[in-house]
Parts: sequence; C-alpha cells; structure tokens
Amino acid sequence: MEAASARSPIVSLHGVGKTFPNGVTALRDATFSVREHEFVSLLGPSGCGKSTALRIIAGLLDPSSGDVIWRDGTAPDGSKGEIGFVFQEPTLMPWASVAGNVHLPLKLAGIDRTAAMPRIHEALRRVGLEAFAGAYPRELSGGMKMRVSIARALVTQPKLLLMDEPFAALDEITRFRLNNDLLSLWASMRQTAIFVTHSVFESVYLSSRIIVMTPRPGRVHSEIVVDAPYPRTESFRTSPEYAALCRKVSEALVAAMAREGVP
Amino acid sequence: MTARPATRAEEVRERTRRERILRAILPFAALAIGILVWDLVVRINDLPPYVLPSPGLVFRTLIADWGLLWASLVVTLTTTFEALLLAFVGGVALAIAFNRSRLVEYSFYPYAVILQVTPVVAIAPLLLIYLPQQAAVLACAWIVAFFPVLANTTLGLNSVDRNLAELFRLYGASGWQVLRDLKLPAALPYMLGGLKIAGGLSLIGAVVAEIAAGSAGAGSGLAFRIAESGYRLNIPRMFAALLLLSVAGVVIFAALSLVSHLILRRWHESASGEG
Repeated sequence: MEAASARSPIVSLHGVGKTFPNGVTALRDATFSVREHEFVSLLGPSGCGKSTALRIIAGLLDPSSGDVIWRDGTAPDGSKGEIGFVFQEPTLMPWASVAGNVHLPLKLAGIDRTAAMPRIHEALRRVGLEAFAGAYPRELSGGMKMRVSIARALVTQPKLLLMDEPFAALDEITRFRLNNDLLSLWASMRQTAIFVTHSVFESVYLSSRIIVMTPRPGRVHSEIVVDAPYPRTESFRTSPEYAALCRKVSEALVAAMAREGVP
Repeated sequence: MTARPATRAEEVRERTRRERILRAILPFAALAIGILVWDLVVRINDLPPYVLPSPGLVFRTLIADWGLLWASLVVTLTTTFEALLLAFVGGVALAIAFNRSRLVEYSFYPYAVILQVTPVVAIAPLLLIYLPQQAAVLACAWIVAFFPVLANTTLGLNSVDRNLAELFRLYGASGWQVLRDLKLPAALPYMLGGLKIAGGLSLIGAVVAEIAAGSAGAGSGLAFRIAESGYRLNIPRMFAALLLLSVAGVVIFAALSLVSHLILRRWHESASGEG
C-alpha cells in the first residue's frame, strides 16, 4: 500500500473554532487534514469537540472561525449521497423496516423503492443482514441496529464516511466484531473515513492515523501514524506491536488531558 | 434438577393466566351484582317506574322502542363521526400549519386554547342562533374534539429524533420530504392518542349540543330523545337511551384503540403485547 502522505488532502481544517450560542466553545483553532482513502480517528475525552469537528466537516454546522478547505473547491454534496454519516445511536426510523431505513438516502434523492432495491440488498449483504430486510428496528439487537445504520450510510457509496462514536454504546464483544466488519467494508469500498472515538484501543485497531485532541475547548494535541498494514485481524489485536501503539497513544492522550485549561 | 425451574415457570404462567381470566370476568361480575342490587332496591321498596324503573323494564323498553331509539342513535353517531373526522383533519392540518410557521402558531394557538377552555354548553346556544341546527350540533362536537388532536399532533411533530432530523438535512431533504417521511410518521402515535380522546369527546359534544338544541325541536338524536322522555316522565326510555349512549361510547373507544393498535403494532412500544 502506498504511503498515505503521498496523496493530497481531501479536506483540511485551518484554525477551525466553534462557539455555540450558549457561549460554550466546543472547538478552538483545530487544524488537521484528511487524505483520500485514509482512515482517520479523532480521539479525545467526551466534550472535546470531536463530534463538533465531524459535524462541521459534514456541513451540519458552520464553523465560527477558521476555514474548511476541500480539495475539489466545493464540499461534497450530501443530497447527492457523497457523505455517509453514522451517529452514536443507530438513529433508525422505528416505523420503517430495515430495507425502508436503508432506502432513505436514495428515497430522499428521488429513487423509488423498486429501483433502489438492488442497492439496498447490496448494502445489507455487506453488513450481513440481507435476511432481515423486512424486520423492524425494534426486533433487532443493538449491534444489528448499528449494522443497519452503517448499511444506510453506505448505500449511496459515499466518498466520505463520517462516524460519530458509532460503537460506544455496544458491549465489547459486539464492538470487536463490528470493528472487524467495518475494516473489511472499508478495505473493499475504500472511501475516506473519519471516525470519532474516545477509545484508545478502537482508534489504534482501526485507523491509519490518529488525531489526539485536548479537552474543551478542543484543539489538536498530536497526530500519530499507525503504520501497521491492513488487513488487520484479531492477531493484530493481540500483537506486541498493537500493545506498544496503544501505550504510545494513551500517553499522548494523558499529555493532552494535562493541557486542560490552557487557552 | 430441571424440574424446579420448569414448575416455577409453569407456576408463573398459571398465575398470569388466572389473572387474565379474572380481569375479563370481574367487570361483568361487578355489573351483574350492580344490576341485581338495582333490581332488589326497586322490588323491596316497590318503586314506581317513573321514580326508578327496574333493569328488566329498561331492557324491555329498549326492545320495544328499538326502532325509535335506533334511528336516534344513527343520527347522533352520524354527527359524532362527522365531527371526529373533521376534528382529525382540522387538528392535524392546524398542527402542521403551526409546526411550519411560528407566526401562525403564535397568532392562533391562544384562540385554540380559548375555544377549548370555554365550556361548550355555553357556546352551543349562540351557535344555534347563528347556524342551522344540524350544523350547530356538528360545530359543537367539533369544537370539543379537535383540541386533543391538535395538542397531541403538535407535541408529536416537535418530538422528532434530533439525529434523524440532522440526517434528513444531510441528505438535503426538502421541507415536504421532512414532513411526509419524518415528522408525520414520528407524530403518528401521538395523533392516534389524540384521536382516541377525540372519539369520546365528539360524542359528548354531539350530546351536549343536542340537549341545548332540544327545545328547538327539530333534532331527533339520542340526547334529544332523553330530554324529550324527561319531559314526558318516560324514565325507562331515558335509561334505555342512556344505556345506548354508553355502549356507543365504549364501542367508539374500543374501535379507535383497535385501529391504533393495528397501525402501530409493528414498531411502537405502546402496541407491543407481552406475549
């Protein structure tokens, strides 16, 4: 695999800050960039503004200061399905079946159910839920709901996949399985992924690069490249290399936490 | 070893079964006792029918006057269902208008509340002056019934999952798409809850208006029959009409509950059965 640094950034944040109307400064002077086909994690404690940064990249929030610069000059268009977003909760429509939920992005783009059906089935097959197309969300387990949520984000084949602590509410066994599945999905689809997490272990396992952020107001503390080759499997999770990387990232996170209160 | 938990599970199942049977039987048992006591009171005190008719006499009157009472019931029920339909359509439409425009909401919501808190008995005589009687009765029933639909639907439209709303925004959904595919389905359980309340209220509204219109004479609904029988001291017929009204109210409530259950059973917690 070619070195990530050889590619130009698909998106760069320059001194991006966000202050909410209630006076809370969630993000200050955040500067980092993400290159095409990278898997980047934003790692930090809760309330460090990493979700805010993700929402700014998604275009759901406007930054109060700084610039978001896209390689193509314009931001990817959500209405054309160029961005996939996975929330912390599965965020499914309880009144719609699994297929109906996965259909949503295409439906909003004006593609009816019949025409969308092959793509819906393809997305469900990728997350291993093709047998549950007719089920309703409340009939599914937490992990399965999250898979539906991922299938919905992937159904438009987005260039950019944004994930906001998607597995934080799941048990560890389910989370490990979804980590593996996410990696193999990413390996086969190769979209650029930005993954927000507060788990050191998850970030090391998944990412090609980790951006460590300080507590509120969040800013970038350091960047750590995880140079372990993909595909990564369970054997990577138990390797000394993984343990060493986790220690390094943990130390960076501790150092970032110590900067609390520094303006 | 496995016998113990099995018997315990059986025990629990047996207990819930017994409880379910009791829940089904007890109301009828209480009713039977009530009727028995009623009958005894009439017999022992030898009460004349114009003071308190015996249950048997009420039942015989119901059968004897069935043609008359049935025709009246149809009149009252027609008013009730028309009012309920208009209340649902009007309440939902108004809630959507409120949801789409703050300006409209701030301008008209207070008046919706005023209409609701002013007793309909007090409005009915005025409406009877300005409107033809049938229309006035319908308007009264509508006034009482539309508010729960409006209030509940407004609540439902405002209770949309924030993340889902963001998702719709991300995918560039139009206002119409957000309404049709997100807000209305999310509000559906609330709407149906409002409809259930409105069902009973529209019957009450229709009855109140018929009573108020009673002296005007042209009406022939069940409430009018009750008022008329009252003037003639035909107490058994009053009871028979009252019985029909109660049964009609219960049937309306049960029917709307069933509709709500059928619509929501696949996805909403309120409609999930225990077994």
